[in-house]
Amino acid sequence: MNNSLKDWVDITSGVNVRKCMRCGKCSATCPSYDEMEYHPHQFVYMVEKGDIEPLMKSDSLYRCLTCFACVERCPRNVEPAKVVEAVRLAAVRKQGNNHLIPDQIPTMLDDDLPQQAIVTAFRKYTK
Amino acid sequence: METFTYYPGCTLRTKAKDLDKYARASAEALGICLEEPAEWQCCGGAYTTAANEPATKLSAVRTLNVAKELGRPLITVCSACHNVIKQTNYDISRNEAMQTKVNNYLGLEEPYRGETTIYHYLEMLRDVVGFDKLAEKVVNPLTGKKIAAYYGCLLLRPSKAMAMDDPENPTIMEDFIRAIGGTPVIWAQRNECCGGYITMEDKAQASKRSNAVMDNAEDMGAEMVITACPLCLYNLEKNSDSTLPVYYFTELLAEALGVKEAADNE
Repeated sequence: MNNSLKDWVDITSGVNVRKCMRCGKCSATCPSYDEMEYHPHQFVYMVEKGDIEPLMKSDSLYRCLTCFACVERCPRNVEPAKVVEAVRLAAVRKQGNNHLIPDQIPTMLDDDLPQQAIVTAFRKYTK
Repeated sequence: METFTYYPGCTLRTKAKDLDKYARASAEALGICLEEPAEWQCCGGAYTTAANEPATKLSAVRTLNVAKELGRPLITVCSACHNVIKQTNYDISRNEAMQTKVNNYLGLEEPYRGETTIYHYLEMLRDVVGFDKLAEKVVNPLTGKKIAAYYGCLLLRPSKAMAMDDPENPTIMEDFIRAIGGTPVIWAQRNECCGGYITMEDKAQASKRSNAVMDNAEDMGAEMVITACPLCLYNLEKNSDSTLPVYYFTELLAEALGVKEAADNE
């Protein structure tokens, strides 16, 4: 268990993962559930155990749509999306770990794509 | 005529010009003056929930501070801008450590502490104009039109910060539809995600979400869908197989108020 990483994730998310009562509602309501290797409830459990490295290597980090459904619907106010965000930041803040590189962006565009999408993806995936 | 500070945001200046132009024309018809500040920055697109990342909140705080200095409430239209600005203001007014860090960065003459009042355009219609008064000004009612209001995620959540409406059983857009003479359709997917920015990386996932939303609207008998979000409009139109039209709510508003043609010719 990597204590310093767990502490960093806890401070960054601002979430007390021990409030979770294991109901699974966050994952049940997640629009990306099918595309995720680790689901919102697993992010919460694994951060509680300090088992964070597998999450940092997983594509699940880039599947969260930041729709806040899990935040809104959690009966214990655990706010799982904030945990996902903190683990993602732990990954992308490392040198050379940006998920979205500016040179890739032109290939992702079409004439109608709103700027909002590009700015949002860039802010979440690149540090 | 009541004056408000108006924040269009970057997308309304480029890919979502319709959302902006019909908002301005309709406000004028309703006796509301929307004044755009001389300078504003992009809101950031996404609110970063991280408790230790003040840098990504600075641009939203600059906008909030401009509105504070002008001494008027801030009006937003784009769902994403509204979400980012509203969440930032909520955070900055409650989180003292964040407030200190952000103000240390900005070095304002007077620190910003969350003083600005923010209205989404829909809230302005409800709380400033009043839906009953709006209904009185309608000249082309959308009588008989079955309209599905698509809230998406950004307008309503997280509800403790957004405080617009009940996050699971909202009524503001349905009341808006009634005010312009239409018939609202109530449907399960109205506050579920369209897929958002995943469209850049994975069209299949974006299509799955957008089809789920549009299929539900069709199943419930909607003739059209309305939204306040440029990215929702993009996803629902481009990433779904549905032929149901999707409009910005401001377009229907301008039509109902009889100012759409004039706005198109400007």
